[in-house]
Amino acid sequence: MSKICSLKEAVQQFVHDGDSLYAAGFTHLIPFAAGHEIIRQGRRKLILARATPDLIYDQMVAAGCASKIIFSYIGNPGVGSLRIVREEIEAGRLEIEEYSHFGMISRLQAGATGLPFIPMNQTAATDLEHANPHYRRVKDPYTGKEVVVLPPLNPDVAIVHVQRADANGNAHIWGIIGEQKEAAFASQHVILTAEEIVDESVIRSDPNRTLIPDLVVDAVCHVPYAAHPSYTQGYYDRDNAFYLAWDKISETRQDTEAYLEEWIYTVRDRDEYWQKLGKETHTRLAVAPRWAAGVNYGEY
Amino acid sequence: MSYSATELMIVNAARLLRDDDVVFVGVGTPNLACNLARRTHAPSLLMIYEAGVIGARPARLPLSIGDPTLVSGASAVCSMYDIFTFYLQRGNVDVGFLGGAQIDRFGNINATVIGDYEKPKVRLPGSGGSMEIAGWANRCYIMTPHQKRRFPEKVDFATSAGFLAGRWQREATGVRGRGPLAVVTDLGLLEPDETGEMLLTTLHPGATIEQARANTGWNLKIAADLRYTQPPSDEELRILREELDPQGIYLK
Repeated sequence: MSKICSLKEAVQQFVHDGDSLYAAGFTHLIPFAAGHEIIRQGRRKLILARATPDLIYDQMVAAGCASKIIFSYIGNPGVGSLRIVREEIEAGRLEIEEYSHFGMISRLQAGATGLPFIPMNQTAATDLEHANPHYRRVKDPYTGKEVVVLPPLNPDVAIVHVQRADANGNAHIWGIIGEQKEAAFASQHVILTAEEIVDESVIRSDPNRTLIPDLVVDAVCHVPYAAHPSYTQGYYDRDNAFYLAWDKISETRQDTEAYLEEWIYTVRDRDEYWQKLGKETHTRLAVAPRWAAGVNYGEY
Repeated sequence: MSYSATELMIVNAARLLRDDDVVFVGVGTPNLACNLARRTHAPSLLMIYEAGVIGARPARLPLSIGDPTLVSGASAVCSMYDIFTFYLQRGNVDVGFLGGAQIDRFGNINATVIGDYEKPKVRLPGSGGSMEIAGWANRCYIMTPHQKRRFPEKVDFATSAGFLAGRWQREATGVRGRGPLAVVTDLGLLEPDETGEMLLTTLHPGATIEQARANTGWNLKIAADLRYTQPPSDEELRILREELDPQGIYLK
């Protein structure tokens, strides 16, 4: 059954005020187009979960979409501080729930695999365990030693950007595959955005590359360049210059508001956004091909 | 050839790496140290990144931990859960590089908050991968400029474990990693004694004990057999400047 719809329709149907949301992707494939659409639709009181909130949540927090963030690293990767999120936390206006990367990812793993909790070895550092009551310890019934445990994370909705998907939502992803699969299986609803919508036969030609199967997907949206200023491996490069620029923009509320106005509120969709970025940016982010060797599945 | 404080730290961090090491690499200066080691004395060094990349051969300087150049030409890519379990928790990582806003007398690291956790004076990025790397990598190294505010007697928040309040306390937790084996600064190297206290064991050319003491927030002890590093060689500096960071993004 085709689940193709516009990103606007997908957000209208599956993202509601007060929802917990996981916009997946570790540096790679961050679904900025969906973040911008949520901002345009004026969602409020969202609980935003991501290992690295990145610019997408800095922008959503700036736009007033969030009441809480769940995270494990709140920096602007390779640049420095995530200014808006940091300012809101320091001012006590944004509730936080903090983990290490492994704690965060373990919660998703438990959520994605239907476990009641998930054990981890001790790290010897206990301050974060004490700061976040979700961290508990239990006795390993086999050795009698203490292990650290965390409960599952099951967001209301996950948004995952992929290289290519069929109309049903079977998705191929390659490059850094951070926590996309875990986020998709852990969440109640999944919105896919894809660089390309392909025929089912393309997916079936390489089933090992299907990270997300249609059975967990609710909506499939064709949104080329949806990850910018993040990137899509093999399609376009990360816009490092924009990550640096955001550090400047987010220094003042005025510049931040002006950015939201110019690049989100007054822009209809991702297509208009990409055209607005202009030729120079398109050329700068273009990437030369580097193909993998083909594999032979055999005709059986 | 003259060199900067950053170049001095990178060269000395690179020299701590061994040829067959599996290293959990961070972006910035640790990435440069690992690539320098691989081009000099450690050609078999295996670089893995927390984004889930194994055996990376970056063709350009990665600006983020998840740069696409890490993937193209790598030997394997896996999920984050896999990199932290199959690789790190299982014991397949020899070396982790760590950094933070504060490092204390027992090598504990703060990357979370300055001040109180609930009402922070400064909110820092937080753990990322470092809490587990510090616990489970067999050896850890820290690179940081030698400044008094970075070296307090005790960290405000222990994001990652050094030797806690003493080596015995770390060992009692049963973590596999041996803890921070060296802090590489622009003045020299601090290394733990048998109690886990970080001592000044090595000075770089031109640096003095007085400078190190003045820039440390506790009563810094000096090792009985204080050593001196060799200055960065012309070849080490050439590789860094011409091959690894030609635009001077991190070397400035």
